[in-house]
Amino acid sequence: MSTKIVTARVDIPNSHTLSVYLEHGGYQSLRKALLEMTPEQVQEEVTASGMLGRGGAGFETGRKWSMLKQDLVRYLVVNGDESEPSTFKDHLLVENDPHQLVEGTLITAYAIGASRAFIYLRGEFALGLERVQSAINEAYAYGAIGRNIFGSGFSVDLVLQPGAGAYICGEETALIESLEGKRGFPRIKPPYFPAVIGLYGAPTIVNNVETMSNVPWIVKNGGQAFAAMGKGRSTGTRLFALSGDVMRPGNYELEMTSKTFRELIYDPDFGGGLKEGRSVKAVIPGGVSAPWIGPDNLDLPLGQDEVAQAGSMLGSGSIIVLDDHTCAVRAAWRITRFFNRESCGQCTPCREGSGWIEKIMHRIELGSGTESDLDLVLDACDNIAPGLTWPPQQTTICVLGPSIPSSVVSAIKMFRDEFMVHIKEEGCPFVH
Amino acid sequence: MSFFNPENLEKAQVLVGLYPDKRSALIPLCHLAQSQHGHLSKEAMVEIAELVEVQPAEVYGTASFYDMLHTEEVGNYLVGVCTNVACLLGGGQELLEHASDVLGIPPGATTEDGKFTLEEVECVAHCDKAPCAQVNYRYFGPLTNGDFDQLVDDLKSDRLSDSVPPHGVLSRVFRDAPPMVPLEIIHQERRVMDEARKARLAAQNPDAGGKQ
Ligand SMILES: Cc1cc2nc3c(=O)[nH]c(=O)nc-3n(C[C@H](O)[C@H](O)[C@H](O)COP(=O)(O)O)c2cc1C
Ligand code: SF4
Ligand code: FES
Repeated sequence: MSTKIVTARVDIPNSHTLSVYLEHGGYQSLRKALLEMTPEQVQEEVTASGMLGRGGAGFETGRKWSMLKQDLVRYLVVNGDESEPSTFKDHLLVENDPHQLVEGTLITAYAIGASRAFIYLRGEFALGLERVQSAINEAYAYGAIGRNIFGSGFSVDLVLQPGAGAYICGEETALIESLEGKRGFPRIKPPYFPAVIGLYGAPTIVNNVETMSNVPWIVKNGGQAFAAMGKGRSTGTRLFALSGDVMRPGNYELEMTSKTFRELIYDPDFGGGLKEGRSVKAVIPGGVSAPWIGPDNLDLPLGQDEVAQAGSMLGSGSIIVLDDHTCAVRAAWRITRFFNRESCGQCTPCREGSGWIEKIMHRIELGSGTESDLDLVLDACDNIAPGLTWPPQQTTICVLGPSIPSSVVSAIKMFRDEFMVHIKEEGCPFVH
Repeated sequence: MSFFNPENLEKAQVLVGLYPDKRSALIPLCHLAQSQHGHLSKEAMVEIAELVEVQPAEVYGTASFYDMLHTEEVGNYLVGVCTNVACLLGGGQELLEHASDVLGIPPGATTEDGKFTLEEVECVAHCDKAPCAQVNYRYFGPLTNGDFDQLVDDLKSDRLSDSVPPHGVLSRVFRDAPPMVPLEIIHQERRVMDEARKARLAAQNPDAGGKQ
């Protein structure tokens, strides 16, 4: 049995309520932080834990906090926008353990010296919004939020902000714009690094829901205990959201690097394998922004650097399995259509490029593509991410743009034959 | 005449008071308006503009960016079928086609009786239940065609009215604590905000010398 951190309570009946949370040690970490530790000491523990942010970019959380400009006014914003296709881990945490999220958020606000914190939650999470708002209401009544919390002298206000349906609002500067009541247009970095100029122009820390949910455990058990799990830069556990062609899709919390892709996919306790007689064709780790990996990589451990060395990324911790009955062209086309729909439209390569690539991929899938279309698609991709390297070069304001080529380029590289069959036989050879 | 009914007007005022800048209440107010009226009408946008002290066009400009904010009428039940990649592998495209046949409308349309609007949606973070659908943002999945027919029947006969409130109602839990940030901090926040706004305008428009 490996240690569960963020999902330790999710299966307990009424795990979302204050009474159950308190029965299982809830708000003890907040007490400890506020009454026995200085903000610097909390930061030190989180730095010692080595925890990488769980939102996708994988930046060290302690280091991010230490980069916060020490102005008088500072904000904390929790990113619960979770819209990266195939990512559904924060969904579980906000519905089944909202108090853990609230407690982690309050401890972080104390550590970075914020007097206001916001939890920005994806608008489509109707139940999640109810659960988090109830948790916030309960926490105010309990005295964990508000003025002079637990008699410590620390005060903070916590506001739940609903999104309204826009993938791009997961990008931290777009999220800040949205929180300011505007369209979700990403800001140009520099100068708009949130830690320097963020919400309302003040230094702001933006952290993911799962990142925040780990904080109470780290305060309780110490950063060293967290760092003792995993290997290298991959410390602690991660919540892997497994979907696609597996028998048992779902969220699995695993100590980092302790399992391989193969184990996660085939172990009867986790993915439970594929349908009878099928085999893995490709795996998309880290959300659809990531390049695909082939069956030759199944023995890679689930770790940050391990996946990066294989030319992809662990990203948001989601893993989609495609089996050999799945059409690579159709999957890559659908992913491009997503980016085309969700591009905010500020940058020409992203806005126009995604549209062109989507149209060409669709015509290949439908059987009216030509061989020269492959070069055309690659050329369009090259205009968005010059050189088609990984990590990609960027010609746009945010990294949604350079994420567009990942799937298409992977599909063409790994399954060129399949593209040729679509073109020669003027249609898709797969049944669906 | 106010658009918001007295109960919602009170909620609206609470929302506006939660932030250093009223404009941050814009999206929550749009949701509140939809919960009262099913969609975001012109009257609602005008009133929201007054509440957060911007032009009505700015409310529309923001609202039109977001998929969940509907400036046109939608059905009582907004049915969203996901066809993104995990659902695609599980038969999401076929489910959408079936939904379209059963409801007798293409994606994007509303049935004549105003009961259903069908939408093709992007991943709604329910991929382990592929293929899945949402009705007024309540989750259902995995769904076979038969499950979908049953769902439509249940909705038609209002058997799900407890778990699926009318379109526009998101969270049925409202904040019950007043904001507690002391006034002197709010003054500091506003000062920082004004300076940042000036700097941004000056950077966007160097000739204007930072003037609005
Ligand atoms: C297009 C785009 C979408 C993103 N979506 C999310 C998201 O849904 N949730 C999230 O936590 N981070 C998302 N991110 C990453 C955030 O910008 C940011 O890095 C993250 O919230 C930081 O939190 P962390 O350090 O705890 O990981 C996205 C980034 C981009 C470029
Ligand atoms: S890269 Fe795309 S999503 Fe990002 S700012 Fe540019 S147009 Fe918008
Ligand atoms: S792909 Fe359909 S919910 Fe994620």
